[in-house]
Amino acid sequence: MNKDKIIIAKKKFDSRLIVGTGKYNSMSECAKAIKLSGAEIVTVAVRRVNISDKKKPLLMDYVDPKKITYLPNTAGCFSSEEALRTLRLAREIGGWKLVKLEVLGDKKNLFPDMIETLKSTEVLTKEGFKVMVYCNDDPLMAKRLESVGACAIMPLAAPIGSGLGIQNTTNIKIIRSQTKLPVIIDAGLGQASDAAIAMELGCDGVLANTAIAKAKKPFQMALAFKNAVVAGRQSFLAGRIEKSIYGSASSPTTGII
Amino acid sequence: MKKIKKIKIKINGKFSTINENLSLSIFLKELKIPLKKVAIELNHEIIDKNKTNRIKLKKNDKIEVVHFIGGG
Repeated sequence: MNKDKIIIAKKKFDSRLIVGTGKYNSMSECAKAIKLSGAEIVTVAVRRVNISDKKKPLLMDYVDPKKITYLPNTAGCFSSEEALRTLRLAREIGGWKLVKLEVLGDKKNLFPDMIETLKSTEVLTKEGFKVMVYCNDDPLMAKRLESVGACAIMPLAAPIGSGLGIQNTTNIKIIRSQTKLPVIIDAGLGQASDAAIAMELGCDGVLANTAIAKAKKPFQMALAFKNAVVAGRQSFLAGRIEKSIYGSASSPTTGII
Repeated sequence: MKKIKKIKIKINGKFSTINENLSLSIFLKELKIPLKKVAIELNHEIIDKNKTNRIKLKKNDKIEVVHFIGGG
């Protein structure tokens, strides 16, 4: 099992769980949850430095980017232009090339604007970025993203932060079956079993933020997600039995007294 | 003695009054900005952090200083 690593843009990771760093009550809570989740990659947002309050704690002081891979994310961007600007700045902070692209199209359901997303993926790839792309659970669009150079396909399970779990398992399976790229379920998971289902569908990893950060006990949920991802992956690799509408006795039918 | 002219610039959306021709590096140093942890834009163009001492600030310049924060 130890050799079963996820490879993203030629880099190997042991953990198949990526966690977000938003919505926590404090930086220390966030750092502890990351540790418990076992995640080696965390998403981060790019925002203005607070000029007037210099004592505000910095994420980098709590989560060491030398130990945990920072994945700059374009959360909150609603156009290709904004997303490109954000990631170019992110790269400038310290050489980050592995990024998560997320271009939203609707403020209410937070669905991705796939036309803007596709355009941005192409531009960023040409600029040397390794782009992990948040996208709809649309197999055709996933193919298009692959053809313009995405390094990972990240279809949503459900709207960001909704906690609904995977809504379209069929499409996720199709997306998984048609590509060699890692497929990572991003957004909409509500509990650990949702992550296990994603892994059992054959996905290569999952990304969770709200489900952990806003759980009643974030630390326990971080641990639950860690275990669920491992369990789901092992279950997938082990290969499930065929489904049957009839029963099949577990004990031998011979030698009955 | 020539009087130093004051100019208005904008940093992260807020006005700031500074001496004309102040270098970007001194301005950022005064604000105690940790250069290693940020990226800087001047008038929508990304600035090489190693060259901030070569840039003299002008009237109406717009500076953006960003860093990583928690996000999904």
